[in-house]
Amino acid sequence: MNSVPKTQALEKALAARILVLDGAMGTMIQRRKLDEAAYRGARFANHKIDVKGNNDLLNLTQPTIIREIHEEYLAAGADIIETNTFSGTRIAQADYALEDVVPEINREGARLARAAADAFTAKTPDKPRFVAGALGPTNKTASISPNVNDPGFRAITFDELRAAFREQAEALVDGGADLLLVETIIDTLNAKAALFAIDEMFEARGIKLPVMISGTITDQSGRLLSGQTAEAFWNSLRHVKPISIGFNCALGADLLRPYVAELSRVADTYISAYPNAGLPNAFGEYDELPEATAGHIGSWAKDGLVNIVGGCCGTTPDHIHAIAKSIAGVRPRAVPVVEPAMRLSGLEPFKLAS
Amino acid sequence: MNASPTTESKVATFVNIGERTNVTGSAKFKKLIMAGDFDAALDVARQQVESGAQIIDINMDEAMLDSEAAMVRFLNLIAAEPDISRVPVMIDSSKWSVIEAGLKCVQGKPIVNSISLKEGEAAFIAAAKAVRRYGAAVVVMAFDEKGQADTADRKVEICTRSYKVLTEKVGFPAEDIIFDPNIFAVATGIEEHNTYALDFIDACKRIRATLPHVHISGGVSNVSFSFRGNEPVREAIHSVFLYHAIKAGMDMGIVNAGQLAVYADIPAELKERVEDVILNRRPDATDRLLEVAEKYKSGGSGPAKAADLAWRNQDVDARLSHALVNGITDFIDADTEEARAAAEAHGGRPLDVIEGPLMNGMNVVGDLFGAGKMFLPQVVKSARVMKKAVAYLIPHIEAEKARNAAKGIVEASQNNGKILLATVKGDVHDIGKNIVGVVLQCNNYEVVDLGVMVPCAKILETAKEVKADIIGLSGLITPSLDEMVYVAREMERTGFKVPLLIGGATTSKVHTAVKIAPGYENPTVYVPDASRAVGVAGSLMSAEGRKAFAAEVKAEYAKVREAHNRGQQAKRRQPIAAARANAFKTDWSAYKPEKPHALGISVFDDYDLAELTRTIDWTPFFQTWELAGKYPAILDDAVVGQSARSLFNDAQAMLQRLIGEKWLTARAVTGFWAANSVGDDIEIYGADGKTVAVLHTLRQQMVRDGESRANMALADFIAPKSSGVTDYIGAFAVTSGIGVEAKAAAFERDHDDYSAILLKALADRLAESFAERMHQRVRREFWGYAPEETFTNEELIAESYRGIRPAPGYPACPDHTEKATLWKLLDVKNNAGIDLTDSFAMWPAASVSGFYFAHPEAAYFGVGKIERDQVEDYAARKGRALDDMERWLAPNLNYDPVRKAG
Repeated sequence: MNSVPKTQALEKALAARILVLDGAMGTMIQRRKLDEAAYRGARFANHKIDVKGNNDLLNLTQPTIIREIHEEYLAAGADIIETNTFSGTRIAQADYALEDVVPEINREGARLARAAADAFTAKTPDKPRFVAGALGPTNKTASISPNVNDPGFRAITFDELRAAFREQAEALVDGGADLLLVETIIDTLNAKAALFAIDEMFEARGIKLPVMISGTITDQSGRLLSGQTAEAFWNSLRHVKPISIGFNCALGADLLRPYVAELSRVADTYISAYPNAGLPNAFGEYDELPEATAGHIGSWAKDGLVNIVGGCCGTTPDHIHAIAKSIAGVRPRAVPVVEPAMRLSGLEPFKLAS
Repeated sequence: MNASPTTESKVATFVNIGERTNVTGSAKFKKLIMAGDFDAALDVARQQVESGAQIIDINMDEAMLDSEAAMVRFLNLIAAEPDISRVPVMIDSSKWSVIEAGLKCVQGKPIVNSISLKEGEAAFIAAAKAVRRYGAAVVVMAFDEKGQADTADRKVEICTRSYKVLTEKVGFPAEDIIFDPNIFAVATGIEEHNTYALDFIDACKRIRATLPHVHISGGVSNVSFSFRGNEPVREAIHSVFLYHAIKAGMDMGIVNAGQLAVYADIPAELKERVEDVILNRRPDATDRLLEVAEKYKSGGSGPAKAADLAWRNQDVDARLSHALVNGITDFIDADTEEARAAAEAHGGRPLDVIEGPLMNGMNVVGDLFGAGKMFLPQVVKSARVMKKAVAYLIPHIEAEKARNAAKGIVEASQNNGKILLATVKGDVHDIGKNIVGVVLQCNNYEVVDLGVMVPCAKILETAKEVKADIIGLSGLITPSLDEMVYVAREMERTGFKVPLLIGGATTSKVHTAVKIAPGYENPTVYVPDASRAVGVAGSLMSAEGRKAFAAEVKAEYAKVREAHNRGQQAKRRQPIAAARANAFKTDWSAYKPEKPHALGISVFDDYDLAELTRTIDWTPFFQTWELAGKYPAILDDAVVGQSARSLFNDAQAMLQRLIGEKWLTARAVTGFWAANSVGDDIEIYGADGKTVAVLHTLRQQMVRDGESRANMALADFIAPKSSGVTDYIGAFAVTSGIGVEAKAAAFERDHDDYSAILLKALADRLAESFAERMHQRVRREFWGYAPEETFTNEELIAESYRGIRPAPGYPACPDHTEKATLWKLLDVKNNAGIDLTDSFAMWPAASVSGFYFAHPEAAYFGVGKIERDQVEDYAARKGRALDDMERWLAPNLNYDPVRKAG
């Protein structure tokens, strides 16, 4: 497998235009109203615990549905689609006692996206489509204690995360991912473990794929759940030399803007952003219309803040179509040159000029 | 957490790194961490950030601490405190494993402190790559294979080389490199040191000019080390040094912000003289600064002039006080008689002299000692004055008692309490215990000293008989720890109520809290050094204080136990088979062992002591007296220098006498044999080729996790039998302690504990020197594998030579029972006059024994904690029961032998 041409094609595309990422997978799966039996399929009919809600398992039990959703997003104009592997670590799959099929979930997830993307690339070779192997945050945090009475306690360690992410990343690459996307980061230490594992995997395999990083600003405090500000978050992960850094989830486009702008100012790499379709309403549903979302994102693009845009929770192919239209022909943000300085961080950034 | 997201990041020009969360730099922080009081330790971190530290340095390098666990726990706790964790951390350790454990706990971008070329380029690259992968910046020490850089040229040379390796081979960003070009003390009185500050400043300029984007840091307080105790002058030195170093490009520093004078506010005279020293502007700069230094020290007092006899003109009470404080015995009998006669003239009693002027003088000594203005050697000398005065009065007191008894009057004792001291069964070391005894006596305690090798029954019997108020146990070798546990349990079983004090080199608060205190219901207190003994005894003797103190100690030890148990998740170990697979390997077919010039045993009776004085390592001698510092710099130390120098003069004088008057006899025995390793054992062959003895060695079992280091055992340094190579091994036992006991007892009879302790401390030093000297002769003459070797005494102390001489009971072969084999091989008892106790301590105490290994790659190492699989195998190899072996190896077990498997 030679990944170099795809990497070059991605870099060429990013230099030329703003790229579009797909929208929510979960929202699209929910629309199908699958029941427990559908989630189980024939293969897991006798599994000891319920698996409804384990969307990643559908890569194995309902591959046609997943492939169709990928195709809907590609048809809407997505340049990059994410594999359906948000919870594809053995840490997250432990909730379903499905640790053993983790490699398979990821490999199949990448294959499904790969097949869909390749079919569209074949139709329009001047608009190559890319597959981003998605690595979610897991359901445990390495720098936050779940026990209020023991703040020094940790439910998971760096090394456990590192091993789990390594397993997931290997399978995503085996399945054909063009790049890897460490996303919805609520605790930077989890992300550091994932990126550490990815780097080790690259070294072991003698390859180098582009890596996208996307954090989550939990609320209007402007910080990750683990307490870091946007710039501190960038300082923590900058050593990885990601192809992009950005934010996704939790907030709608209007509220996310200042934090995307902050990253845009400090990061000497491409900027990605894929917000939710607004904030959920009283029923937990997202009702921001595609035009509204696209309106905000279009203005980010015009103000030169972003290079990759898409949608997270509540967004649909209609949203992606509207977003693609809103940024069409807008010049991508130019990557700034940043003067050399030692940039450290705690929860907050610290800079010592060189 | 309400900072606006568009806040500019904080941009600094000079970064102050907080140093108080460093166990090697802050006694307070160390105490908190050792006691497991992490809440209070967090407060230290918080205060630092609140008072402006922009980065906090965290260091847990302490031998008695599970440093990895402490680093992890502290960083995890910090992560939950946003007012602390908002700033970046500097993860500081000399151990990579501690650094790596820390790197796995921080979400921010930290600094690693530090890495260097000390272990060569390969290790440096590996560490730098890992630091980079964890996303940290790094401090690089100006240190390479040849040593630490002192001159400006060496600093620049090493930093330049490090820079090239980092930027060209590792791809490390230059802006994330911080060089620490080593700040050393100036004005030490040693001429080569005069340029140290200037060397640093000069190096800063050249590094910043030639190595783009890097940063420069350093530990600032080092530079003023020789002025310890004179804070105003130190602050001025720091300020002047920083003023010039920052101009030259230093942009970070470990500085106590409260310890910094404002440059502009330094008095002109002081500033000029400090600047002369820092910039080395004139040859007499140090002398000129010393001239004025005292003037700027608040409340300072000048050095006492020995020859000044003006004090003889004072009244008798003042003279007694002066003699006590200054340790002068010359006039003590006459002065004591004068005081006694004066008391008698006013209808007083001989006892009034003790309770009046003598105790007053001793109180002054106690106060000065407590305030850190007097040091142990002086206190022991004061005690000598006191004892001599009391000895003079005893006949008068006895006479009075006899008169009173005739009248039917009996007096109650007037002292603070009775303390029984003993070095436990199997152990012969008593210098520390004797010092404690003297210090307690100085503070008006009656001390009953049972000496060394005292069986439990004797201790308890005597304690009842003399109605001791407190029992103190001492020991130096590891088996003594078990004996102390036993004594404590016996005290409980037989219904003792008196407090138990624990002290000695291998004892610790953790051991006392975890193993000894739980066995005895009444107060059981660890006493770290002689200086603390008085405070502890005082707290335990006062009726009101005892309860509170005992409760406090109990609560503290419970915490220590809890912290210990928490840190006790067994360290990661690998099966012995895997450890053996990762043994130290060398190409035996390429190695031609040199044959010792003579095989068999050689005996050295009555070795020349004068020759041994030349290779004495003096630094531990000062440690014995609780004077901290390295020889010879300690002689000029601003705080303890005067005391150290006076002690050193006394030591030199005694050395001359003990050689001239032949107080001691030094004897040694060495032996060399053909040998081969078989697994982890070493077979030793006699002249006929038959096996005469088998040595059993223990192997490291730590998990190496991708590190290239081997899991070593001493057997690895001897050619395996299967290689067909004939290899050799040596063994030795030396003593310089023959005659010590008789002479020391004579001093004690003369109320001169100072000389008795001094003699024992010197005998210990001579024994170490003897071992070092014999090893040198073995290398050059007797084995002869390094006939051309020439090393200075400093290099000998630093063990720069080829070959090692590990001793049973020490880290490379922690099993004391191997001494039995050594004794048989060399017939040590007859050939060198050294006995072994039940606990395998050597008697006389001033003795050293061990094995000689000649392989060029033989090196000292610590076996560390080992697993049950190895102990079972080892016990089987030695033909001893498992539980017996577990008892001897208790400090090395990575498991609790009580919890039987299966």
